[in-house]
Amino acid sequence: MASIPYWHGLVAASIIFILGLTGLLVRRNIIFSLMSIEIMLNAAGLAFISAGARWGQPDGQIMFLFILAVAASEVSVGLALVLHLFHQYKTLNTDEASRMRG
Amino acid sequence: MNLVFYLSAVVAVIATAMVITRKSAMHSLLYLVVSFLAISLIFFTLGAPFIAALEVIVYAGAIMVLFIFAIMLLNISPSGGGSEGQMRPGDWVGPSVLSLILLAELVYALVSGANVSPSGQPAPSGAAVAPNQVGASLFTTYLIGVELASVLLLSSVIGAYHLGQGHREEEEAEREEMVVFKETAVEEGVPEAAPGELEPEKER
Repeated sequence: MASIPYWHGLVAASIIFILGLTGLLVRRNIIFSLMSIEIMLNAAGLAFISAGARWGQPDGQIMFLFILAVAASEVSVGLALVLHLFHQYKTLNTDEASRMRG
Repeated sequence: MNLVFYLSAVVAVIATAMVITRKSAMHSLLYLVVSFLAISLIFFTLGAPFIAALEVIVYAGAIMVLFIFAIMLLNISPSGGGSEGQMRPGDWVGPSVLSLILLAELVYALVSGANVSPSGQPAPSGAAVAPNQVGASLFTTYLIGVELASVLLLSSVIGAYHLGQGHREEEEAEREEMVVFKETAVEEGVPEAAPGELEPEKER
C-alpha cells in the first residue's frame, strides 16, 4: 500500500478552508458564522496533521491539540455572546448589530 | 487505505459545502457532524489515531452539543429553529447517506488492516506518529504551550460564566417587570414562562 502524497492532504485542507471562508463571507446568520469559523479551524488542523505525517514528527499533532483548545474556548464564549445578542436584538442577523454603543 | 483517504476527503468536502448552503441551522449541524467524522477518518489514515479519537470526542461530541444547546435555547422559528416538528423525514437522507459511506470506509479499513498485518500492529499509511511520542513531546518541549492553553480555557470558563450570569439577571428583572405588568393588566393570567432558567447550565 503506497502512502498518500502529502500535498493531497494539504489540498483537501485548502478546499475545506475556502469553503469555511466562503460561508463566513456569505452567510449573515451569526450561528453560521460560528460554524464557518469551526470549519476553518478544523481545516487548519488538517493541514498541521498532514504536514506532521509528512515529516514523521509529533509537532503537528501537538499544534492540533492547541487548535482544539482555542476552538473550544472560542465557541463557548461565542455562543454566550450569541445568546446575549439574541436577547438584545431579537434576531440573529449580524447586520442588525452593526452599531456600537458606549 | 488510499481509497479510504480520498473517499473521506470527498465526503468531507461535500458535507462542508452542504453546511454553508443549508437554510436551517439544525440541518447544517447534521452535515457539520458528518464533516467532522470524515475529517477524523482522514486523520486516522494519515497515521494519527489519537487525534482522530480526540476529534470525534471533542469536536463531534462536545462542541456540537454546545451548538445544539444554543439553537434549542434560541428556538428560532422563521429560519428553521429547533422544534422537532420541522424535521421532515426527507431531511435525514443526505447526512445518512454520507455517514453510511463513512461507515463502509471504516469497515473496509478495519478489514484490510486485519488482513494485511495479523501481528497486531495497526497499519496506517504514511509515517505513523505514536501517541506516546506526542505526549512526551507535549510535556517537555511544549510545556509552556500547555500552560497557556490551560490559562485560555480558564479565562473562557470565567467569561462564559460572566455572560450567562448577566443574562439571567437581566431576564429576572424583565420577568419582574412582566409580573408587575400582568398584575396591573389582568387579574388571573397564565403563569409566566421562565425561558432563562437553563442558560447558566449550558456553558459548563
